[in-house]
Amino acid sequence: MKTLKRKQKQTHVPMTGKQRWKQIQKNKFLWVLMILPVLYYAIFCYGPMYGVLISFKDYKIAKGVWGSPWVGFKWFEKFLMDPYFWKLVRNTLLLNIYGLIFGFPIPIILALMLNEVTHSKFKRVIQTVSYLPHFISTVVVCGMLTNFLSMDGLINQILSFFGLEKVLFLMYPQYFRTIFTASGIWQSCGWTSIIYLASLTAVDQEIVEAAMIDGANRWQRIRNVTLPAIVPTISTMLIMQVGKLMTLGYEKIILLYNGSTYETADTIATYVYRRGILNADYSYSTAVGLFQSVVGVILLVTANKLSKKISETGLW
Amino acid sequence: MKKERVRGRKPQSLGSRIFDVVNYLLLAAVGFVMFYPMFYVFIVSISSAEYINQGAISFFPRGINFEAYKRVFDTESIWTGYKNTFLYTIVGTAVNVALTAMCAYPLSRKDFYGKKPLTVFITLTMFVSGGMIPLYLVVNGLHIMDTMWAVILPSAISTYNMIVMRTSFSAIPDSLVESAHLDGANDVHIFFKIVLPLSKPILATMVLFYAVTHWNSYFPALLYLNDQSKYPVQVIMRNIIIDGDMAQAGDMSGMLNVVATNYKYAIIIISVIPILLIYPFLQKYFTKGVMIGAVKG
Repeated sequence: MKTLKRKQKQTHVPMTGKQRWKQIQKNKFLWVLMILPVLYYAIFCYGPMYGVLISFKDYKIAKGVWGSPWVGFKWFEKFLMDPYFWKLVRNTLLLNIYGLIFGFPIPIILALMLNEVTHSKFKRVIQTVSYLPHFISTVVVCGMLTNFLSMDGLINQILSFFGLEKVLFLMYPQYFRTIFTASGIWQSCGWTSIIYLASLTAVDQEIVEAAMIDGANRWQRIRNVTLPAIVPTISTMLIMQVGKLMTLGYEKIILLYNGSTYETADTIATYVYRRGILNADYSYSTAVGLFQSVVGVILLVTANKLSKKISETGLW
Repeated sequence: MKKERVRGRKPQSLGSRIFDVVNYLLLAAVGFVMFYPMFYVFIVSISSAEYINQGAISFFPRGINFEAYKRVFDTESIWTGYKNTFLYTIVGTAVNVALTAMCAYPLSRKDFYGKKPLTVFITLTMFVSGGMIPLYLVVNGLHIMDTMWAVILPSAISTYNMIVMRTSFSAIPDSLVESAHLDGANDVHIFFKIVLPLSKPILATMVLFYAVTHWNSYFPALLYLNDQSKYPVQVIMRNIIIDGDMAQAGDMSGMLNVVATNYKYAIIIISVIPILLIYPFLQKYFTKGVMIGAVKG
């Protein structure tokens, strides 16, 4: 208490260097603890932010970030003029929008369905199996996909059982978005439903009972009582999803795509990976990456503003 | 609980019963779709080549044998991969948990001078980042490329986990810290003797969080490691299962029971078993972690 009061007093008067040093001395050990974490953030988070400068330079490793010559917006112009640019933007947006349209409502529906289950053992079994995919590595998920979708894989076995023609799904661009989105839902829908289930347990049961006495049936109760109660959670989750629109899932794409599916599968992030890491076009790929982050931040801020206006909840 | 009481009092209407039947059926279908792929991989991995090639396996293994597993255990690169994965997981998790706790504790203390600017400094990184290439160049500049540290250090602290941990630390009553102060204990003593022992559940959660991430991660290794002998098992698995590189598996032409398919599926099952073993703990702690993060993050 004593320390708190002293601190409050001091906020009115600007501290001298000496007083500041005294404060730090008092929490010496806490500052010692912070040294390594601060170094970590400085090197691995702020270091790369400084490194973004190379997108305005002609970066040469030997000259370093600061020593390389400035070239202004050269790389951005090059990227924006490239006809491939539109394909990348289209693919990035479409893959993410598909994920949002199909992937966003399913966990909510799943949570609502689970919430109606009174048989607790059945509920637990379904929850247990639906959380599991979340813990399976991307490599294993993609490994299962490539093998299930191969010429004599599970899916083609089922197709030929019904007398349909076998297809090499991963070689045709028209299937990529479906494969990517569906497997993404399989991986995450159970896990994401946890958050909705948690907010469903907070729904006031007395209102639900009152609705029941008023003669509302199960469906009406869900639509008019339960669902509105979790709208704040839904909108927060939606903003976070929109904020992530530009960054989703490139690790999985890199495992699943190939030259013949670039048409629909190549996104900005995977393009950055190929140009930057595989071709060592550092400045150009950093510029492309920066373009993506800027669009991402704009999306996040806009989504947050919209949400605040509509439902009065936001991330900040 | 209340719901059940009410329902017991009044007989259910027909509509409500139909609703229940449809709901249970749909959920059972969801459960099946979630469970079947893993189950299918398992039954194929223990079936014989003859039935696999016929495509005759759907719900039960046929011609049960474990030769595919034997073949996997005889594959040297898989062993090297697991050795590396164990090393990266253990060292990585230790670094993660230590640094996360070191970062979270000061920020949880109300009387920590400098709390506000440091919090801003750290949480800002959740929204803005330099991107893949500048980070790659930083790692390159530190001369840790192609070493274990390149896989571990760039993700030493997950800010999200750090916030979860800070929330948990700040739930420790201030009175406890204050009375320890009055007894003459310094911050070092308070941290190691009071705060950490009281935080065992959250520390366990963090160990699980980070360990699973290391166990499953492949991308940092793909970016920062060139030496094959340093690859973690996920990268080795990628080469065999996804790219179909069967060169390391040796000659299979003479084998009756093993083909590429059950060999690959056996690899998948082996890599998933450790996750299944700790899954009960995962479910318990992870759900808690998700809640804390969702409510207070």
